[in-house]
Formats: sequence, C-alpha cells, structure tokens
Amino acid sequence: MLRSVLNRLLGMVVVMALVATIVFVIVRVTPGDPAAIMLGPDATAADIATLRTKLGLDGSIPQQFLHYLAGVMQGDFGQSIFLNEPVTTALLQRAEPTFFLTVFSLMIATVIALPVGILSAYRRGSLFDQAATTIAMFAASVPSFWLGLLFIQFFAVRLGWFDTSGYGGPGASFGERIAHLVLPALALGLVSSALITRFTRASMLDVLNDDYVRTARSKGMSEWRVVLKHALKNALIPILTVIGLTAALLISGAVVTETVFGLPGVGSLVVSAVLRRDYPVIQGALLVIAGLYVLVNFVIDMLYILIDPRVRY
Amino acid sequence: MAAIATPLQQEPNLLSRLLGRPTAAVGLALLVVIALAAILAPIIAPYAPTKLSIASRLHPPSLEHLFGTDDLGRDVFTRMLYAARTSLSVGFAVVVFSSVIGIVLGLTAGFFRKLDTPVSRLVDAMMAFPDILLAIALVAALGATAVNVVVALGIVYAPRLARVVRASTLVIRELPYVEAARALGVPTPVILVRHVLRNVTSPILVQGTFIFANAILAEAGLSFLGVGISPDIPTWGTMIAVGRQYMDQAGWIMMFPGAAIVITVLALQLVGDGLRDLLDPRLVKDI
Repeated sequence: MLRSVLNRLLGMVVVMALVATIVFVIVRVTPGDPAAIMLGPDATAADIATLRTKLGLDGSIPQQFLHYLAGVMQGDFGQSIFLNEPVTTALLQRAEPTFFLTVFSLMIATVIALPVGILSAYRRGSLFDQAATTIAMFAASVPSFWLGLLFIQFFAVRLGWFDTSGYGGPGASFGERIAHLVLPALALGLVSSALITRFTRASMLDVLNDDYVRTARSKGMSEWRVVLKHALKNALIPILTVIGLTAALLISGAVVTETVFGLPGVGSLVVSAVLRRDYPVIQGALLVIAGLYVLVNFVIDMLYILIDPRVRY
Repeated sequence: MAAIATPLQQEPNLLSRLLGRPTAAVGLALLVVIALAAILAPIIAPYAPTKLSIASRLHPPSLEHLFGTDDLGRDVFTRMLYAARTSLSVGFAVVVFSSVIGIVLGLTAGFFRKLDTPVSRLVDAMMAFPDILLAIALVAALGATAVNVVVALGIVYAPRLARVVRASTLVIRELPYVEAARALGVPTPVILVRHVLRNVTSPILVQGTFIFANAILAEAGLSFLGVGISPDIPTWGTMIAVGRQYMDQAGWIMMFPGAAIVITVLALQLVGDGLRDLLDPRLVKDI
C-alpha cells in the first residue's frame, strides 16, 4: 500500500511539472512581444522596455523558464499588470465565491444524482427510469450560462426572490454573500447532476446483477441493505471518479457562470484578464486551477486505495 | 424460417442499425434537419443576416419575423440559420483537428512501450485544465479568430481521444494478427494504419460525437464571454450575449439560440449514445 501511495505521489509530481511547463508554453506562444501587446499601441519604447524587465522577458527562453519555475515553487506568480497587486493576492481575494460556488454546485449535483441514479438502476426500464434518463440527457445539453440567464430572468427579475447579480457589496455578511450563490449554484448543479446520474445508474447496473448481490438476496437480507450496502459500495469507485471529474468541469462552468451572475470570483478574474491581456493573471489562474485538479485526482486515488484494498498503482 | 436465413444475410450497415434504435434515429433526424438548415441558410432565410431596420427593432415573434428581431432590427430566425453554419462548422472542425492529434498521441503511447509513459503523462497534464479555461487561455495567446477557436478547442479535446485510442491500441497490439504482420516483416507504419487504426475507428467515432457536442457548448461559452469568435459574426453564443442585454424587454433574442444549442447537443448525444451501445462490446449486456 505504501508503494502504491509513493508511486502515485511521484506521478503527481511529474504531472504538476508538466502542467507548469504547458502553462509557460501557452503564455509564451503569444505572437509578438507580450509587453508591447499588454501596453497597447500608444506605449513608448521605454515603457515597453521597463515592462519587459519587470516581467523577466529579458533573458533567453531557458533562463525565463527557470526564473518562472523558481517563482512558481515559492507560490509567486508574478505581478498583475492592471490590478497592480501580486497575482497570488488577486487569486486569494477572489477565491471565496468560486470555492463556495463549486462546493455548493457539487453538493446539489450529488444530492440529486445519487438517489436518482440508484433508483433508476434498481427500477430499470420503469417509467421513473425512463423519465430520469430523458431528463438527464436534456440537462446535459443545456449550456449552464444560458440556464443561469433564464434563472435570473425568472427568479430574480420576475419573482424578485434574489438579487440579479453581484456578491452583496463590500460590507455584506457571510450569509448575504452566500445567498447570492443560490441561483448560480442551482444552474451549475442541475446541469452537472446529469453526468453523475448517468454514471451512477450505469455503475449500479453493472453490479446489481453480480453474484454477491444475488447471494445477499438469497440470504434473506433486506433489499434496502442489498442495494445500499453491497451494491452501492462496489459501484462507488466509478461514481467517485465521475464526481471528481465533475468538480473539474464545475470550475470550467464557474468561469462562465460567474460572469453571468457578476460574481467577483476567479472565473470572472480570468475573463477580464483575457480581455485586458493581463498575462500574469491568466498564467497564475491556470496554474492554480490545474494544480488543484491534479491534487483532487490524487486524493480520489488515495480514497480508492482506502475503499478497495485491491487497487494498486 | 427467417431466423435460419439470418446468418447468411450480410450484417446490416452501421447506419441502418443506428436507425433501428428509436432514440438514435430521432437524434440523427434532428441532426440532418439542423445541418440542412445550416447549409441551405441563404435559400431558407427570409432576410439578409445583416439587414438592419431601426424601425422594426426588438419586435416580438410574428408571422413577419418568426423569432422576432434583435436590437438592430435584424431577423433573429435568419441570424440563427447563419449562426448554425458557424457553430456547426466550428464544432466539426474541432472534431477533425482533435482526432488527428488524439490519434497520433494515442497510437504512439499505445503501440510503442517506451513512449507510453511520457506521452501518457503529457496527456494527464493536459487533462488537468478545465476545458473552457484552457480554451480561453489558448485563444488569448493565439488571438480571437474562428480558426484559433478551432485550434484551441482541438487541443483541449485531443487528450480525451488520445486516451481512448491508447486503451484500444494496447489491446490490439497483442492480438495474433498484429504479431503475424510483424513476423511477416510488414513495416511498422503500415501495421499502425492498416491493422491498428482500422480497428480503433469505433471508439474514435463514439468519442468524436461527444466531442462535437462538447465543442458546440464550449464555442457558445467562449463566444458568449466575448473571448471567442468576433461578436460581429453570428453564432448561437454571440446571439445569446446580445440577447442578454435585452432580456427584460426582448427575451426571444436569447431564447431561440439557446434552444438551438440544446437541441443540437441533445441530438449529438442521442446519436453518440446509440453508437456507443452498438459499437462498444462491453456495454452490450446493458442495452
């Protein structure tokens, strides 16, 4: 077991290093001089030279890469051009709405998807199953930003239950801020529940016909226990994988959804950074989010080892 | 008697088998209608997509303007038809581009043992970026044009295909006919294309359909955010972005393009599901 953990840990470090390299390449493939692009057509040659030095664009590419890697390892992602603050600070300030939006959406998605998926598999072919499968298929086809707009129109504008956008202003209490996440989390959660429902159904179907389920039944065990204890436990690994994958998809969804709902999160930070060509911010956000994804995956793999002692890496 | 005759009949082709499944047939029919609407847009469209008319600005749906008009008095139905052209071509181009990269990476990793670890790690690292976020960053780096959106989304979705191709290649590599071909001295590139690639087309087809669906959603997201295709070109995403500003008075501007995305993506998923059920032997018991 220790060997599996170490193997996986090593793999994670390699992938993290590759992630950092890919981010470096993406930001440097920009045609032309990034400093000149960032400053726009009105910049003087002296301004551009100053910014080049500030961004560390003076050295050769390998030098720049080493400089960048050294910074990344210390959690230093450079300085935002437009916000005039370190990228790390900008990201941390914007982390709260994104974090809670992702967590709430995932909770909503899982709370809907697990029972529906299990019941769908258990009552396979029933009216419930057919309805659930159809609705899930529909939900997976809806762009979350569009659903968000419809929610704003209906729940905020027409019914007036929520604010149409924002995060409650500077002095808002935690409760007020969280209230602003209800609609976006619902929009994202509903759309993502589709994928988890389908996976839960499929992996439950896989195990419900297995021998040990039949044995448990023939022992006279209650259906409730057969399904939830024997079947679900074995179906859990693929379900966990897809929940982890959904968490990553949610971050993607959050980028767009935050913009729709005017939430000051990491997603809207990235979008405005792209529109303003604030490369250090784009670079930092990519690194942090991809790094978190790799970390989440690592944790899920560790959970596998705990849940299923047969799993080896 | 029919039962006895069956084995002698040629196996029906994929298309007719797909049409035999009600949900997949519905999906396929929807796709054909949408594709025809896109191709025939200049003939079907009642107006020119750029025809401005300030007098008929923000008109609700009527017989004259089936889906109403937008903020500049342009016909929403007409623009949706033209948007379908952009959105569908971008989606399809993404499928082709990501397939090419994905196949090369997947075959390399699956067939050459020494290259498996490095290529697979690279694929893992690429999968670590959420799709829209990576696409946004790539478009920001390359420049916001339709071609660059295709390149960016192609790079984003290629790893998924690479994984599928690698997994199948690992199995096929060990099959006797590949060994036989090798023993006969068939050159490796020929083995790769003729013996391996030809037998991984099914998973590529299935995955490609789902990538098509995802690419349409992603392109709409990028265009909506204003970091994708130029707002002047009608795509379903840019139309929703415009409609958003007039949501209170003129909901139809964003409703219809959104519905078009839902129907198109749904159709692709129905077809993808049908293909997977037909082509993936692991799931046969699940039908």
